[in-house]
Amino acid sequence: MNDSTLYFKEYFDQQQTGTTSVLNDHRQQAFAAFSQLGVPGVKHEEWKYTRINSLFNTQYRLQSADTLQAADINDLRLPAHEAANELVFINGRYVAALSTLRSKNLVLLPLNEAAEGEYAAIVDQHYGHSADYLRDGINALNTALSDGGIYLHIGKNTEIEHPVYIYHIVDARAEAVLAQPRSLVYLGQNAGVTIVETYHTIGNADSFTNQVFEVAVEKDARLEYYKIQNDVASANLVSTSHIRQTGASHVNTVTISLNGGIVRNNLNLVLEAPYCEGHLYGLYFQQGNSHVDNHTIVDNVAPNCLSYELYKGILDEQSTGVFNGKIFVRQPAQKTNAYQTNKNVLLSKTASVNTKPQLEIFADDVKCSHGCTVGQLDEEALFYLRSRGITQQAAQALLLQGFALDVLEKIKLAPIRAYVDSLIAGRLQFTQS
Amino acid sequence: MLNIQNLHAEIEGKKILKGLNLEIKPGEVHAIMGPNGAGKSTLASVLAGREHFDVTGGTVDFLGKDLLDLAPEERAGEGLFLAFQYPVEIPGLTTTNFIKTAVNQIRKYRGEEPLDAVAFLKMMKEKMAITNIDQSLLSRSLNEGFSGGEKKRNEVFQMAMLEPKLAILDETDSGLDIDAIRIVANGVNKLRSKDNAVLVVTHYQRLLDYIIPDFVHVLYDGRIVKSGPKELALELEEKGYDFIRNEVKVGQEA
Ligand SMILES: Nc1ncnc2c1ncn2[C@@H]1O[C@H](COP(=O)(O)OP(=O)(O)OP(=O)(O)O)[C@@H](O)[C@H]1O
Ligand SMILES: [Mg+2]
Repeated sequence: MNDSTLYFKEYFDQQQTGTTSVLNDHRQQAFAAFSQLGVPGVKHEEWKYTRINSLFNTQYRLQSADTLQAADINDLRLPAHEAANELVFINGRYVAALSTLRSKNLVLLPLNEAAEGEYAAIVDQHYGHSADYLRDGINALNTALSDGGIYLHIGKNTEIEHPVYIYHIVDARAEAVLAQPRSLVYLGQNAGVTIVETYHTIGNADSFTNQVFEVAVEKDARLEYYKIQNDVASANLVSTSHIRQTGASHVNTVTISLNGGIVRNNLNLVLEAPYCEGHLYGLYFQQGNSHVDNHTIVDNVAPNCLSYELYKGILDEQSTGVFNGKIFVRQPAQKTNAYQTNKNVLLSKTASVNTKPQLEIFADDVKCSHGCTVGQLDEEALFYLRSRGITQQAAQALLLQGFALDVLEKIKLAPIRAYVDSLIAGRLQFTQS
Repeated sequence: MLNIQNLHAEIEGKKILKGLNLEIKPGEVHAIMGPNGAGKSTLASVLAGREHFDVTGGTVDFLGKDLLDLAPEERAGEGLFLAFQYPVEIPGLTTTNFIKTAVNQIRKYRGEEPLDAVAFLKMMKEKMAITNIDQSLLSRSLNEGFSGGEKKRNEVFQMAMLEPKLAILDETDSGLDIDAIRIVANGVNKLRSKDNAVLVVTHYQRLLDYIIPDFVHVLYDGRIVKSGPKELALELEEKGYDFIRNEVKVGQEA
């Protein structure tokens, strides 16, 4: 730890809540880890292309102040929110007063409480599992300082009819804020849910959200999980989602990154039981000086699992992108099927992308493939469209919409799909008539 | 309608069109034949506005406008259409959405209101019937995974939808079965009127049995070296291009 992060220590010391729960052990260990590891710099293999040191030159407000009213956030609500469970985090803390639970069978508890009551064993088993995969100070910092996190429990055979919208809102009107939301989600056997996360900063000061979202998915359960990132340029985000498939289950994730400052997504899928199926899709469409880094890990622990991964990038102006896709196939994970593709289109000479597949395979009977491309828009295709009377701008828009389609169509929640389509059409300044 | 004078074009320093002249009047059908690599597709691309060819000399007048001065989409707006020899595959864009955008952008160029959904559908149905093309094909990504013949029929369908004043068909008959050739020819003939003109590039006299040309031209080494009535196509088919080569040689020696 250096001078610029010393105030974390003060905050940590103050914050000791005196609970005896398992969370406290995690906090202690994590703070020790953070003190030792510090903020990952470019020498850290996983942070080579994403520089976040400078984000720590700012002194952030850590205390949550519930300064926002319902009226302040109404404009940020997602389409069809009237039929959704809406969970609102302000500055990294869950705010019940601004949230609405529509599904009676959805159990939501403060993490502190969950760690001590009926769900203590589950919390004990799954909380902090991401730290085994992300050995860096950033993950530790969330565990050490995060407060006001939630536990979501979806019991056995429970289908949550209304989607769960999670809003991460930072109030940076008065000063720079570090928000560290934390969630643990449990899907019991044969449970099903759709979760959508979205991120917004209000105000012009710097905002830095360092999120950890952990999920356990039991046998026959189904998780649809979408992240939509379309924040202002002063908003930086490290968003870690760590999903353990502990039984033969189905997980579909779509990560859409459209705007923001520095965005780092860690998405881990741990396939712990035979016959798990996991899908990872992503679209990053960047402009200005934005930086989006998608780091994914698919860890095949058990045999006969299938994972399918497709990330697509469109980079304009001076934006930079990173894709790093790790696939581990452990020795017992025979008959693994793992596919990975990353495709990028650069729209300007000053945009760039760094893409790296990383396969580590210790089993012999597996089917794995990976491929990545970086290119420009196809000139011949542009000419073909223009020769039919379509303007250059519209032709480019049609080609890019076509390019993005096979990611976008993986968003199965219709209002959210329409919403993302409209954001992209707005970016392209073109709506298909 | 179209008047090409002394057109020169090259790509990466390689001269391809070397002083080409051609005049097409409203109501006429012209056929261009010529050996592989002669420059037929280059001519078609230059007329449609493909930027990677450099036009190094000559003029092209289209309906009183300097064609070479217009962007590809403006040329389409003015009524020019090119059926590609190799139509491009475009993932994620259905033919229906594509053609709807094209129709409405051309209407916009001409200062007309966009077609409403009902009028558009009616037009689609009509042109699908003419070109014998199936709805399921139009709902798929444009040309992606289409068979050779399906791609060509899709070109003719697009032509029918856009109702151009001058249609250039670059080997639209290549790779088509006999029935498909008849359908293509039928599509073209439906378009023919005293105000419209057609330029067909083909290697086969067979197509010209269905689309009867007023003139046949031989494009050889970047120029039109011989023009004649429709019987010229038959003669070429019989004799091959050797006699043209000989004629050109004799011409050059003289
Ligand atoms: N992009 C390019 N780069 C270099 N040479 C090219 C390019 N495009 C065309 N050419 C050359 O230009 C010449 C004319 O090509 P073009 O396609 O116009 O011939 P064509 O008459 O249409 O032949 P075909 O009957 O085979 O279709 C050929 O020698 C071809 O190789
Ligand atoms: Mg050709």
